[in-house]
Amino acid sequence: MSSGSEVISSYSSSSSSSSIMAESVIQEMPPAMCLEKPSVDFSYVGIDAILEQMRRKAMKQGFELNIMVVGQSGLGKSTLMNTLFKSKVSRKSFLGTAEEKIPKTIEIKSISHDVEEKGVRMKLTVIDTPGFGDQINNENCWQPIMKFINDQYEQYLQEEINIDRKKRIPDSRVHCCIYFIPPTGHCLRPLDVEFMRRLSKVVNIVPVIAKADTLTLEERDFFKKKIREELRANGIDVYPQKEFDEDAEDRTINEKIREMIPFAVVGSDQEYQVNGRRLLGRKTKWGTIEVENIAHCEFAYLRDLLIRTHMQNIKDITSSIHYEMYRVRRLNENNTQANGLGDHHPASHEI
Amino acid sequence: MAATDVDIFSNEEKRNLSLGGHVGFDSLPDQLVSKSVTQGFCFNILCVGETGIGKSTLMNTLFNTMFENEEASHYQNGVYLRPRTYDLQESNVHLKLTIVDTVGFGDQINKEESYKPIVDYIDTQFENYLQEELKIKRSLFNYHDTRIHICLYFISPTGHSLKSLDLVTMKKLDSKVNIIPIIAKADTISKSELHKFKIKIMSELVSNGVQIYQFPTDDEAVTEINSSMNAHLPFAVVGSVEEVKVGNKTVRARQYPWGVVQVENESHCDFVKLREMLIRVNMEDLREQTHARHYELYRRCKLEEMGFKDTDPDSQPFSLQETYEAKRKEFLGDLQRKEEEMRQMFVNKVKETEGELKEKERELHEKFEQLKRMHQEEKRKVEEKRRDLEEEMNAFNRRKVAAETLSLSQPLKKDKDKKN
Repeated sequence: MSSGSEVISSYSSSSSSSSIMAESVIQEMPPAMCLEKPSVDFSYVGIDAILEQMRRKAMKQGFELNIMVVGQSGLGKSTLMNTLFKSKVSRKSFLGTAEEKIPKTIEIKSISHDVEEKGVRMKLTVIDTPGFGDQINNENCWQPIMKFINDQYEQYLQEEINIDRKKRIPDSRVHCCIYFIPPTGHCLRPLDVEFMRRLSKVVNIVPVIAKADTLTLEERDFFKKKIREELRANGIDVYPQKEFDEDAEDRTINEKIREMIPFAVVGSDQEYQVNGRRLLGRKTKWGTIEVENIAHCEFAYLRDLLIRTHMQNIKDITSSIHYEMYRVRRLNENNTQANGLGDHHPASHEI
Repeated sequence: MAATDVDIFSNEEKRNLSLGGHVGFDSLPDQLVSKSVTQGFCFNILCVGETGIGKSTLMNTLFNTMFENEEASHYQNGVYLRPRTYDLQESNVHLKLTIVDTVGFGDQINKEESYKPIVDYIDTQFENYLQEELKIKRSLFNYHDTRIHICLYFISPTGHSLKSLDLVTMKKLDSKVNIIPIIAKADTISKSELHKFKIKIMSELVSNGVQIYQFPTDDEAVTEINSSMNAHLPFAVVGSVEEVKVGNKTVRARQYPWGVVQVENESHCDFVKLREMLIRVNMEDLREQTHARHYELYRRCKLEEMGFKDTDPDSQPFSLQETYEAKRKEFLGDLQRKEEEMRQMFVNKVKETEGELKEKERELHEKFEQLKRMHQEEKRKVEEKRRDLEEEMNAFNRRKVAAETLSLSQPLKKDKDKKN
């Protein structure tokens, strides 16, 4: 009686001898993946124990996540962050100033928290951009944000090309930028289009319709469709980007998400009693909006996308695609400078 | 006022925050693991040991597969390394396993250079990775990592002590790769001898300053098992792929007339311990040590060798980029200078040859003139001769005509005379 999985091997010899493809018999039930020695199975090698080892290592190291929120004042950015992470992560809550003056310039403020859930530790950084879109003349208001994002890439690059570098380079790169669209119900404004067009090239953008409780379901659908059309017409690729789908399975999952973008969200950090349960919601005279009820708003979808299913994917795309693109551009810039051509590349500084 | 003035305010205070409910990022490790599963894993083992000591058999036993290999010859001129890559799969985990064999190790009469090919091979793998990392357009995620994660050093079961070849080789390798020493063919040593042998080996390694791989003891889940295994080093292993019936079970073993040595019996040999440590507990740690310690060391040394520094003598931080640029300019300057030199040389040579050619031309001209003159001389002479000849001919003709007319008139006179 032997249980356990056979090791399936296919040979690809890289030496000078000819390569032979051999396959051994397969199909036995895989044993439980753990460290105890199964009683009778000399056919179980234990390679899959590496998954457990990886998990242990990841838990020990902890994770990092940097989210940026962009949108005009009063769209509910801080509240949404608090709702997403079920705690007072936003800057406003931390500084305790519920009423704030709209700043005269765009500021970039980031605040970090160490959170832990079921043994998984995470350093969460929320980057706020008060002042965006609030001035009378909003020209180039995306510049400071682009600069900030590129600065983070630059910081990482500098650390990476050091000779004596840290074991784990601290990752301050912006993984995800949540863009808040005001619920006009009509279409995107020029500011939205400009911003998203430029930033979708350097960072993952997740557009959301803020304060969606002002739109009826039909208005919401119409608005969403209009937004999707405009995004397509302007060539704006928001997360999840079509070109980064890895296989058919990915594509089906991501297509479903792409059909729902932008998510219509409502944020709240207050709990109310609904049907005998305490739920997060907004209480009004005409009813209580339950934040986590998918019939009311799409907050749950956003949370699932960002946190429960695609967080690792978001980080991967940031590090392996956006960061690499920045790195290529930067290293090429240095080359052309060294060749005495000077920096004559306005395209590379395109903002 | 345009909205471009920035007031960047980085508030890097970290606070511990308790969550008010279930957020859901505890699924992060699962996401990470499932991503790694789709990517697949790489693991590279280097087996160093004399020919015939049981390296291939041990690999077959460890991974429970018959890797294709012929017996190595003992007559190699030098040591050369033979890497072979295999794709293994167990449940949903894909492993790209590379086994590097040292063929001819310990067979030569003069073994002074035996360690060199091994060190060179390890360095080459590091170099390849470094090159990929320094590329402008790079793809580190698809890169087939060939850096050696673990070196299994096979010690001959003499029962006395380490050979000097072993010490020298291990000393050269310990800063480049994780070494686990194992006693091969352990069924030739008895239990008591083995115990003494192990102590002797470990003390020799320590006294010679050889750093072998220590199983990590900082993670509570594995600290107990790892520290107990650390005490059993070096592992005494027996390898076998033949199955023998013992009692009512079929086990992998070596059958002798005096008994059966069971590979997976912990009281017979340490094979199970080796498999446990190498694969089931510490594979990830081995890969991490290779990347974080050995590779970083190599990278640092290599870059410093190429002349890069992180800080210049005035302790101003340089960026690698700037140093690289400076070096590049220097190099380009050198290149230009050399180009100039070569051009100069070329120009000079051309002038020389031109001069020579002109000389030759002049000579030719002279010769031509000379010949022309000679020719004219000759022509003149010939002309003179011709004129002389013509004159003579004319004179002759005149005389002839004169003679003819004379002879014509004379026969007439004769006729006249006759008639009269």
